[in-house]
Parts: sequence; structure tokens; C-alpha cells
Amino acid sequence: MILRAGNLSLAFGAVRALDGVSLDLWPGEVLAVVGESGSGKSTLLRVLAGQMRPDAGRVLYADATGAEREIGALTEAELRRLWRSEWGFVQQNPRDGLRMGVSAGGNVGERLMAAGCRHYGTIREEAAEWMRRVELDPARMDDSPRTFSGGMQQRLQIARTLVTRPRLVFMDEPTGGLDVSVQAKLLDLIRGLVADLGLAVVLVTHDIAAARLLAHRIVVMRHGRVVEQGLTDRVLDDPRHEYTQLLVASVLAA
Amino acid sequence: MTDALPMRPATRDAAYNFAYLDEATKRALRRTILKAVAIPGHQIPFGAREMPLPYGWGTGGIQVTAAILGPRDVLKVIDQGADDTTNAVSIRRFFNRVAGVATTTDTRAATIIQTRHRIPETPLREGQVLVYQVPMPEPLFRLEPRLAETRRIHALADYGLMQVKLYEDIAAQGEVGSSYNHPVMVGGRYLMSPSPIPGFDNPKMHRMPALQLFGAGREKKIYAVPPWTEVRSLDFEDHPFRPVRAPHACSLCGSTGSYLDEIVTDDRGGRMFVCSDTDYCERRR
Repeated sequence: MILRAGNLSLAFGAVRALDGVSLDLWPGEVLAVVGESGSGKSTLLRVLAGQMRPDAGRVLYADATGAEREIGALTEAELRRLWRSEWGFVQQNPRDGLRMGVSAGGNVGERLMAAGCRHYGTIREEAAEWMRRVELDPARMDDSPRTFSGGMQQRLQIARTLVTRPRLVFMDEPTGGLDVSVQAKLLDLIRGLVADLGLAVVLVTHDIAAARLLAHRIVVMRHGRVVEQGLTDRVLDDPRHEYTQLLVASVLAA
Repeated sequence: MTDALPMRPATRDAAYNFAYLDEATKRALRRTILKAVAIPGHQIPFGAREMPLPYGWGTGGIQVTAAILGPRDVLKVIDQGADDTTNAVSIRRFFNRVAGVATTTDTRAATIIQTRHRIPETPLREGQVLVYQVPMPEPLFRLEPRLAETRRIHALADYGLMQVKLYEDIAAQGEVGSSYNHPVMVGGRYLMSPSPIPGFDNPKMHRMPALQLFGAGREKKIYAVPPWTEVRSLDFEDHPFRPVRAPHACSLCGSTGSYLDEIVTDDRGGRMFVCSDTDYCERRR
């Protein structure tokens, strides 16, 4: 167990964004959280990552040493250390996850420098290596991400997140806003990297196809509640809850 | 210089309180300065007053000077190293009138030196105070626009972001490149803007015997480096910080170790290099 959430509740006024949500995540496992807009999946991601405090319930994280830490009880300094070392966050909009005023190489190198690396040559090498791994041309290392296409920006964001080899990565609709062929390539890339690095991933998506491709397990959310969870193939091939059935049935076949 | 010897007017202008500011304001400023000295490199907010000169001309420095000035002090004011530029002359004349203190251009004779953009070439000694005019006290402001966030970064000493900027400089220019305002770590704890002094002057801040005070009027911040404090310029292991000066000798005094200004002398490409520190240069001729 790397992450365990118990009985999370969070209300925005009368809206119950999270209503008694519990889930477990194991090392190396990819967990997809699916549901329609407003079902509370992004809120769940923020609460799991410690960016938002739940009204009730708690999140436990087993760190690299194996010690269990309660996210709500961490000091801000400890939380930030997790954010920039053992955890990663991939935003839906790469412009939120990247520093647009900083070159591609600087973006990838930022986490290395935050972790204390002070050797320029090493940072350059690592950045070039990671740009290659996400299929970006290292020759464009000193270009601004503004000159990159949406798909390239997203790959750059992934490189920037993975460069310090985190153990746990939160992804919020990583393929949203990209055209279909680019989505397919990106999903393929993410799948390869996740398997290579043995990452644990919490993936929020409304794209059932993305969930099927990447996830080992699926959690289906509706109105802030988990209505169904299980192995990906089981949930998608044999949906039990009527909402899941609707969700699976509404995927367009090409 | 015409006023190389200490100059003292017969009386100060009695229409003003001593050193222009009222006593309560000066007391508040001194409290702020004490706090700043107690936490080297940490920016302390203060209630900056309207001063009779525009923002950007040294309103922060002038308030710090006013707060610490005593009747027996000898004041020197420099702007880009020079004692005879408009800004320096006006501020010197201002204190000469409202405080009646002696003024000088001699670095060794001054007890308080207010400066914009330079540290004098003549080494400072214990007992002297160097007051910097600071346009932007926050070293992270170009990188992180949210002030609340920069405060958090300082509180947690989470300075990876600043290193990113240095990385960008090297990537773009091939060297740790800010030729001025190069960020420093003070006492191994706080990241600090040295104000827009050239990188050439950064090493002079390290373990300086004099007290260094920094005043930012528009941004309403004061910070300080107490005497003998460690001040380290940020760099990379394989790209160490290197103070840069123009590779010439001063055309007037022949100095090869001082910081030089390039002066265009005609419209046919003629130019000369002279010391930016006029006091130092004249003393050597």
C-alpha cells in the first residue's frame, strides 16, 4: 500500500464534492478515477495530493522509507518536499504545469535543482536524456515551451515531472485538449514510462479509452461517491452499477 | 570635487525636523532596521513615507539614512559610483540642509555612505554604514509574481526556482550571467537581492566590516547584512560565479582593478574607460 484514503468528505456549500470516498493504491499500480464533469474526481485528486483539506477523513502515504505519513498532519515544508521529490503532478493544461517563461531544459531541470543539484552539466545531460525519452528533440532544449505544440508541451510536462523519479504521480486528464492521434501517442508513451519506472499513478479522466489502456484498476465516481470499483477489464466489460453501464455504453466506437 | 573636505553649513534649516522625518517615524524605521539586522537578508516591511523626491530616485535609501543619521555623522552619497551626479548631489545637499550634517566625497572620512548601484572601491571599515537604494527588494519577483508565494518560498528556504533562473542565464549566454543584481545567499539562509550593483561588487559584500542596510521605498521593505556576515553569490559547481569588469585600464588613473564605465567620446566610435568610483579615481591620479 502506497496511498490509502479513508472516508473522505468535502462539501462546497450545499454541494457534496466528496462523500465518504475510500480507496487504496499499491506501489506500481495505475488507478483511474472516472466519472462525468462535476462528479468530484478532480477534487479527490487535489485532496489526495494534499492540495486541499477534506472536511473529514484522512489520507495516508507510505514514504520511501516505508513509514506511514498522514498527509493532513504534514507541515507545509514536509508536504512541499514530497511534491518535489517523491510525488509528481501532471496537469491537464500543460501551461499550468510548465513555466512558460523558462526554456524546455530549464523546465525539466527545475526539480533537479530543487532537489539540490548544483552541477550545470549534469542538469543539462539529464534534461536532454529526458527529452529524448518523451520523444522531444534535445536540440530544442533551449527553446521556450511557447514554441511547442500542445502535445509536445504535454510530453515536456511529463519529462519535467518524472526527471526526479517520483514514486507516485497524480495525473489530471493528461490527454485532455489534444487531438485524437496525439492522444494515442501520448497514452502509449505514458504507458511505457509508467511500466519502466514502476510508478504508482492516480489518473483522473473522463476518457474511458484512456482508462482502459493505462489503468490496472478503475474507480467510478458520481455525485462525490464511489459507485463502483474493480479491475479495469471487469468494470468496463461487466459494469454492475447502472451509471457505469451508461458511461461504458456512451463511448463512441470509431 | 569641490567639496572633498567635509562641508558643514552654519545652521540647518529649522523649518524641518532633524533629518526631515518626524521623530516617531524615525523610531519606527529604527525598529525595522534592528529587526532586519537581527535576521540577516530577510525583508522587513515598513511604513514608507512620501519623500520629496520621486520613487526610483532613492526614497528607500534616503529614509534609512534619515533614521540612522546623527548630528556628528559625515555623509557621502554616490550614484553609480560617482559623487557628482544629479542624484548624489541632490541627496547630499538635502541632508546638508535638513540635518546640517557634514558631507564628504572621501570614502574613508564618511560614517554613512548612501549608494545607488555601486560599492566603493576603497574597502570599508568597522563603524561605517553602507545604505543601498533598492528598486526591487524581492529577488524572485521575475520568477514568481505572487508575493504571498515568494514569502512562503523564503520561509521554507525553497530556492530551487532561483537556480532555474541562473540555469537560464547560462543556457542563453554561456555564463552565470546577471552582470548586475546577481542574487546572493546571506548567512546560508536567506536569498537576497544585492540591489542593482554590478556582479563585480558582490564579493565585497562577503564578510564586509561595515554594516549594510537596504531600503526600498516604493516596495516598503528594509533588509540588512550585519558586519562580517557570509554573503555568497549563487552559482553552479561547474560554472562558478566570476566577477566581471571591462578588460581595460582606467584612462584617467590607470587602475586595472577597479570597476570601469565606458564613455562614448564622439560619434565616430571613440570611447574611453574610466573608474566609476570618482573618489577612488581622483585619489589615485
